[in-house]
Amino acid sequence: MKVFEKSPSFYEVFERKSGPAKEATHYCPGCGHGNIHKMIAEAMDDLEITERSVFVSPVGCSVFGYYYFDCGNFQAAHGRAPAVATAVKRSNPDAIVISYQGDGDLAAIGTAETIHAANRGENITVFFVNNAIYGMTGGQMAPTTMIGQRSTTTPLGRAEQIHGNPIRMAEMLATLPAPTYIERVAVGTSKQIMKTRKAIRKALKIQKEGKGYSFVEIVSTCPTGWKMDPVAARDWLVDDMLKVFPLGVFKDESDNVDEGTWDRSFEGFVPDKVNTYLDRMKSPFDVTEELDLVKDLNCKFAGFGGQGILTLGLFLSQIGMRAGHQVSWFPAYGPEMRGGTANCSVNISRDRIGSPLVDRPNMLVVMNQPSLDAFEKDVVDGGTIIVDSTIVEGKADAKRLNVVALPASDMADEVGTTKVANVVILGAVVAATDAYEPEFVESTLRAVIKKQSLIDMNMEAFRKGYDFVKNGN
Amino acid sequence: MAAKTAVDVPFMEVNGELCKGCQLCVGVCPKTVIAVSEKLNSASYHPAYYTGADCTGCGLCFYACPEPAAIRVVKP
Ligand SMILES: Cc1ncc(C[n+]2csc(CCOP(=O)(O)OP(=O)(O)O)c2C)c(N)n1
Ligand code: SF4
Ligand code: SF4
Ligand code: SF4
Repeated sequence: MKVFEKSPSFYEVFERKSGPAKEATHYCPGCGHGNIHKMIAEAMDDLEITERSVFVSPVGCSVFGYYYFDCGNFQAAHGRAPAVATAVKRSNPDAIVISYQGDGDLAAIGTAETIHAANRGENITVFFVNNAIYGMTGGQMAPTTMIGQRSTTTPLGRAEQIHGNPIRMAEMLATLPAPTYIERVAVGTSKQIMKTRKAIRKALKIQKEGKGYSFVEIVSTCPTGWKMDPVAARDWLVDDMLKVFPLGVFKDESDNVDEGTWDRSFEGFVPDKVNTYLDRMKSPFDVTEELDLVKDLNCKFAGFGGQGILTLGLFLSQIGMRAGHQVSWFPAYGPEMRGGTANCSVNISRDRIGSPLVDRPNMLVVMNQPSLDAFEKDVVDGGTIIVDSTIVEGKADAKRLNVVALPASDMADEVGTTKVANVVILGAVVAATDAYEPEFVESTLRAVIKKQSLIDMNMEAFRKGYDFVKNGN
Repeated sequence: MAAKTAVDVPFMEVNGELCKGCQLCVGVCPKTVIAVSEKLNSASYHPAYYTGADCTGCGLCFYACPEPAAIRVVKP
């Protein structure tokens, strides 16, 4: 008896899906993604690889692969699925890794990853769903859009002179020496669908046998983006698209490569090893013993680019490193070299740091008004906020926070240059947190400041900031 | 649905609630034994259904259907 029914490689119920219909897909009626999903799931069953499969979803309508496939799942950044698949495969050589991608994902933003993964002959399987449009974002032109095809970005139809020609990825990749199997199939007629079914199985089998890179381009439909009913869309695929995207096998070395030829593994992701590597990147200072730290510091320093905000963060991190503490420094700045906004997050901790981001600082420094407006609310209750009162006119909430209004830029000018305002602030940070002895900070600054001529000025700036908080002057 | 449940003849059945009324199955059936209901399902689609006889169990409708669980075909 033969029964055609829902594959066990699909979740029984699509729990992760939002909305009520948890057994139907999120795809539009007649969308080709559904057919292709079904054939992949069936191939997983029959090759008995579901348990070891990792499905890498792209950005695009098929972003939610993890709603459906009851296997390992990843969702990659737009176009990066083959890079993610490479990492998964090399670190887990036993996994069957599927990179499932649309034409916008694979042939536009992800062209480079696509070509290089193919060129390296990664032992992965790429299913390329060519529906000649960006479905998810509402029907913009894709690299595979047909000449004359209307889309929201080619309202008069794609024109060679303006937009170039549709790209034939299968043919292009077939020029590379490494790939083992490249075929273009379609989900148009029943006969074509059954050929697609065969190609999907073959591609996965090649990977299972360690025979290398397999790529199946599947010409598919997007009834919604094409503004056609599902039946008309299948007809258009068959009658029009296939003229530009001819079906066929463009490369097949599967009978000529030995099993296991393309098996390769990389042990870099063994957690112990990663830790070993990280420990090798230890502090450049000779840390003999770890200093006491009363409280972990989660700092955000923010201002304009050019005010020395990022350097302030670096100095504090270096002090923490020298003290034998765990540190992270994470800069964020706009594209402008000067004048744009800039901030950095610094963690100093007695324990290993999980994330370098600081969403809820217990120490905030603001060197301009926009930063006060943006970050004050994020500071934890009772946290400290240091405001460069020379520049910032607004007042921070002194009831909720420990507010230090420090005329840092003026004080720096007294020392000789506004440039050392960040070191004045460093003095205030150290004093307000009692994290480190001032002498220890001074000796660290002496070690890290490269220009000898600037050291005295920096020492003076640091002391001014420190004394301001400790003695109020 | 008027699905035959006897196991000695092939049949297909549609889960009307999961069908999106795309009609792709209708066109591929060599025996033209799939029709579309006049009624709407709760997602506001007109679901397909088996007219009740002459299915050969070829499975073409199953592969033409984009939904994982809308169609089931049994070929004894
Ligand atoms: C970095 C980035 N750029 C752009 C987008 C917007 N975006 C989402 S899906 C998509 C294109 C999807 O088209 P395609 O790969 O053909 O898949 P389909 O939706 O047609 O299946 C784009 C450009 C994004 N999410 N991320
Ligand atoms: S927009 Fe197009 S590709 Fe996306 S689900 Fe709908 S029909 Fe499919
Ligand atoms: S299995 Fe074949 S004969 Fe039976 S309903 Fe489906 S397409 Fe028609
Ligand atoms: S192909 Fe599937 S979703 Fe479309 S009408 Fe037939 S049963 Fe319904």
